[in-house]
Amino acid sequence: MAWISETDLGTKPAPDSARTVSLRIDGDTVTVPEGTSIMRAAALRGTNIPKLCATDRLDAFGSCRLCLVEIEGRAGYPASCTTPVTEGMVVRTESAKLAKLRRGVMELYISDHPLDCLTCSANGDCELQDQAGAVGLRDVRYGYDGANHLQAAKDESNPYFDFDPAKCIVCSRCVRACDEVQGTFALTIDGSGFGSKVVASADEGFLPSECVSCGACVQACPTSALIEKTVTDIGTPDRAIVTTCAYCGVGCTFRAEMRGEQLVRMVPWKEGKANRGHSCVKGRFAWGYANHRDRILNPMIRESVDQPWREVSWDEAIAHTASEFRRIQAKYGTRSVGGITSSRCTNEETFLVQKLIRQGFGNNNVDTCARVCHSPTGYGLSTTFGTSAGTQDFDSVEHSDVIMVIGANPTDGHPVFASRMKQRLRQGARLIVVDPRRIDLVHSPHVDAAHHLPLKPGTNVAVLTAMAHVVVTEGLADEAFIRERCDWDEYSDWAAFVAQPERSPEATEALTGVPAADLRAAARLFATGGNGAIYYGLGVTEHSQGSSTVMAIANLAMATGNIGREGVGVNPLRGQNNVQGSCDMGSFPHEYSGYRHVSDPATRTLFETAWGVSLDPEPGLRIPNMLDAATDGTFKALFIQGEDILQSDPNTHHVAAGLAAMECVVVQDLFLNETANYAHIFLPGSTFLEKDGTFTNAERRIQLVRKVMDPLNGYADWEIVQLVAQALGLDWQYTHPSEIMDEIAALTPTFAKVSYLALEEHGSLQWPATDAAPLGTPTMHVDGFVRGKGKFVVADYVPTDERTGPRFPLLLTTGRILSQYNVGAQTRRTENVAWHAEDRLEIHPHDAENRGLRDGDWVSLRSRAGETTLRALITDRVAPGVIYTTFHHPDTQANVITTDYSDWATNCPEYKVTAVEVSPSNGPSEWQRAYADQAARARRIETEAAE
Amino acid sequence: MSDTMMSTTDRLVYMANQIARNFAIEGEEVAIEATRRHIRRYWDPLMRQRVIASLAADPAQFSDIARGAVEALRDAAG
Repeated sequence: MAWISETDLGTKPAPDSARTVSLRIDGDTVTVPEGTSIMRAAALRGTNIPKLCATDRLDAFGSCRLCLVEIEGRAGYPASCTTPVTEGMVVRTESAKLAKLRRGVMELYISDHPLDCLTCSANGDCELQDQAGAVGLRDVRYGYDGANHLQAAKDESNPYFDFDPAKCIVCSRCVRACDEVQGTFALTIDGSGFGSKVVASADEGFLPSECVSCGACVQACPTSALIEKTVTDIGTPDRAIVTTCAYCGVGCTFRAEMRGEQLVRMVPWKEGKANRGHSCVKGRFAWGYANHRDRILNPMIRESVDQPWREVSWDEAIAHTASEFRRIQAKYGTRSVGGITSSRCTNEETFLVQKLIRQGFGNNNVDTCARVCHSPTGYGLSTTFGTSAGTQDFDSVEHSDVIMVIGANPTDGHPVFASRMKQRLRQGARLIVVDPRRIDLVHSPHVDAAHHLPLKPGTNVAVLTAMAHVVVTEGLADEAFIRERCDWDEYSDWAAFVAQPERSPEATEALTGVPAADLRAAARLFATGGNGAIYYGLGVTEHSQGSSTVMAIANLAMATGNIGREGVGVNPLRGQNNVQGSCDMGSFPHEYSGYRHVSDPATRTLFETAWGVSLDPEPGLRIPNMLDAATDGTFKALFIQGEDILQSDPNTHHVAAGLAAMECVVVQDLFLNETANYAHIFLPGSTFLEKDGTFTNAERRIQLVRKVMDPLNGYADWEIVQLVAQALGLDWQYTHPSEIMDEIAALTPTFAKVSYLALEEHGSLQWPATDAAPLGTPTMHVDGFVRGKGKFVVADYVPTDERTGPRFPLLLTTGRILSQYNVGAQTRRTENVAWHAEDRLEIHPHDAENRGLRDGDWVSLRSRAGETTLRALITDRVAPGVIYTTFHHPDTQANVITTDYSDWATNCPEYKVTAVEVSPSNGPSEWQRAYADQAARARRIETEAAE
Repeated sequence: MSDTMMSTTDRLVYMANQIARNFAIEGEEVAIEATRRHIRRYWDPLMRQRVIASLAADPAQFSDIARGAVEALRDAAG
C-alpha cells in the first residue's frame, strides 16, 4: 500500500444527517448530505477549489479568501469552505472574475513569501506552491521594498521540527490544529493585521512553551513554515506505507513516509480508526531509536554474566540456545524452564513464543508484561462480564455525557485518545477524576473536571463502594437494566452489602481522604448524567486489590445501566502497544489464546491435535513465581522476548536475585537492556519498522504492522523464534506472519474471521470477529453479556499490608510521563530526552519544607525494599503525604523502592502504594554505584568480529 | 513484607491468606471453596505442593479460610 499524498476534501463531513441535498456545480448535479460545504461537495465531484486555510481535518475558517465561488442569485463571492450547500443551489467554481480575485489574493501572499522554492525543503510538497500554480499566478507586482517578514528569525528549539515565520502565511491552521485536534491551546496569533504572527505560548519558542510536540501543527501547515527537521535533512518522501505505531495501547496508524530505504517521517493516517489522523510526540517523532548506535545487531553468548559478551553467528547462537534449554530440562526437569512474551512484539510473535514454550518446552511457564499492568483487568472483567477486554471502541467517547477517569492519566499515557476525550469534554460532557494526583485533565484549557476525588493511594475499592452506596441508597440504580441483563439475586446481595452504613461516603471519608459531599455529588452525576463511561488505568490495577477494583468498576457500570451501547462502558486504557494482543494470544500461564484454561480438555485437545504433542494440563508459573523458583533452585532457564523485567518489575533486588540464580537467561531485544546484564545469550531483535504482523490495541482493534525496511539484525523476531523452535526439533515452516495468523484464527474462536486478507480489506477488525460478527465487534455486550447474565461481585475493601509508619511516613506512587515510554529503552534513545532527561520525585511543598528540601535538590528515597536517589520536584499536584515518580530511567531504578506486595488474584505488583521516607542526599546511593559498576561490566563486548 | 526478601514458602502462605481475606466477605464455607478453587486454577503444581507442605509444618500460619482451602487441596491431591 503506497500513496504519495492523501486526499483533502477541504472541510469535515457534515454532521450525521439522514437528509441529502442536490445542487449543481459547474453544470453537474451533485447530491451530498445536508450540511456539507460547497468546497467538500465540489471535491467529492472531483473539483478541487483552490484553498489555503481549509483542510478537512479542521473546522472551516474562511480566512484565506482563495476558495471564493459564484452562486447564482447571490451577490458577491462567498467562501466555499464556510458556505453550506442548499437544495437547488447553482455554483460556479471557475470564471474570469474568480480567477482574477484568486490571483490577486495569491499575489499578496507571495509578495511576503521567500521565492526560494527550488531550495526550500518543502519543494514539491507545499500547498502554497501548488495553489499558486492552480490559480495561474505568473507575476507578482509588489516588490520586497516595503515592510515584510522575510527576515524573521527561525525557531529551531524543538528537536523535531522548525518554525520559520518568514514562510508563514498566518492561515491559522497550526493554531486551529493545536486547539481543535490536540486540545492544548499552546499556539496563538499574536498581534493584528500586518503584525499578526504565530507564537507558542507567550512567544517563548516552541520547546519551552506549553507545546506537547504532537505534530498536529506541522501536519496542518500548508507551507514549510512548520516542517520536520528530517525532511530538511533528507528530502521529501517519495512513497508511503501505512503501519501501526509501536508505542502505547492507543494503536495509532501512521504513514511511514520513505525516501528510498530511508524513513523520512511518520505522519498519522487520516483513515486510522484508532487515531483519526492524530498523533503524539512518541509515535510522530520518536522513532530514531530504530537506528540508534546502541542497537545490537549480532547475536552474542557468554558462559557466565561476569564475562564479556562474545559475538557469534546466528547458527551458533540458535544452536546454543536450544542445547542449553534441552540440557537444563534433562537435568532439572520439564518445568525448570519458561519464557516471557512481549507486549511490544506482534500478535504472531507472541503466539509463537507461547507455542514454543507449550509445544517445545512442554510446560505452561509462560507469562507476559501484562502480569505487571493489566492482569487484574483480565480477571475482573472476565469474572463480571465474561470477556477480558474493554467494552467500547474509542469513537464511543463522542457519545458520552459523563466520563469518569480512575487511576489513569490519559494526556500522558494515552495522549491521542486523551485529545478525543477532551474534544468531547469541550462539547459539554462532564468529567469525574478519581486520582491521588491532580492530573492535567482536572484543569486544562477549556476542560475542568466537575469533580476531582483525590483519594489516598490504596483506597480505590472503598471509594467505588461508597459511590455504589450512594447509587443504591438514593434509588439511582437502573433496575430495569439489572433485571433484564444481570443476575438479580447476585445484585440483591451486592446492593445489600454496599448499602451498609459503614460503606457510606461519610463513614469512609477518614479512610479515603475524599470529602463525602464531593463523592456523593460525583456518584449522583455518574448515575443520572446520561451516558456514563469509565476509563481506567494502572492506578486501578497495580494495587493489592487491583482485581477487586476492576470488579467494583464493573459493578458500578452495571448498576447504573452503563453497558452495551455507545457512549458508556468499562474501558481499560492499555499501556503497551500490544498488551491486549499479548494477553489474547495465550501469554498467561493458565490459559491458551482466547482466554481458555489449560485444564479444559476440549481446548487442550484442539491444540494437541494442531501441534501434534501432548500438552501440560497444569497451570504454569507467573513471572514472580518464576523468580522465586529460581532462587529456590527449581527454575533454571528463561527465554525473554522484548521485555526488561529488571527495570520494569517490582523489587529490583528480588528480580536480580532470581535472574542471577538461573543457568541460562536468553534476552531477545533491540538493546542490551538492564535484564541483559544477567543474560547468557543475546538474540538481537527487530523494530516494528522491520517486520510484518499485527498489533491489537486497547479497543480490541487488530491492525496490520507493515514492514518498511529490512531488519538490520537480519531477521524479524518471529523468524528468530522459529529458528529456535526448529533447533529444538519442532517442524515449524512459516514463511510469512499471515500464516501464523491463520493458525491463530483456526484455534481461537474470537479470531475466527481474522486474516491478513480481511485486515487489508477492512483496515482493521475488533475482536470478536466471528461468523456472527464477521466485521468485528465495536461495542461488547450489546444484547447480553458474553457470560450470559452480568455478575455482581461483592468486593470488600481489604487494606494493603504496605503501611506507613514512623520510619516510612510517605506513600510513593509511580507512573509515566508523555515524552517517555515504559522503561525508556526506546524513548531515552531519541530527542525526547529534551523533555524528560531524568526521573524526578514530585513532593508537596509541606513535605519538602518539613525535610528541608528545595526544588532540584538531590534526595534519598527509601522504602523497606531499597533505596535510590533522584532530584526533587516540588509541586502541589500531589497531596501532602503522597509522592510520585516515573520509572523511565535505569539510573534511578524506581523499582528498587517498590515491594513484592501484589494483587491478591493475579500477583500484579502494587506499584502504586509504597511506604517511603525522603531525605536530603549528596549523591547516588550505594546500590546505584554498585549497579552502575555491574552494568558496565556486564555490557562489555569482545572486539572479535562475528563469524 | 520486611526489609529482607520473603522466602518462597512464606510468600506462598502469605498469598493463600491474602486470597482468603478477599473471599472472606462471602462467608467461611463459600470462601474456603473459592480460595481452594482459585489456588487450584492459578498455581502451578509445585507451588501447591509447597503450600500443602507448609500446612503440615505450621498450620497456625494460615487463617481459618486459607487453612480450610489448603486442607481441601491436600485431600484432593491424595
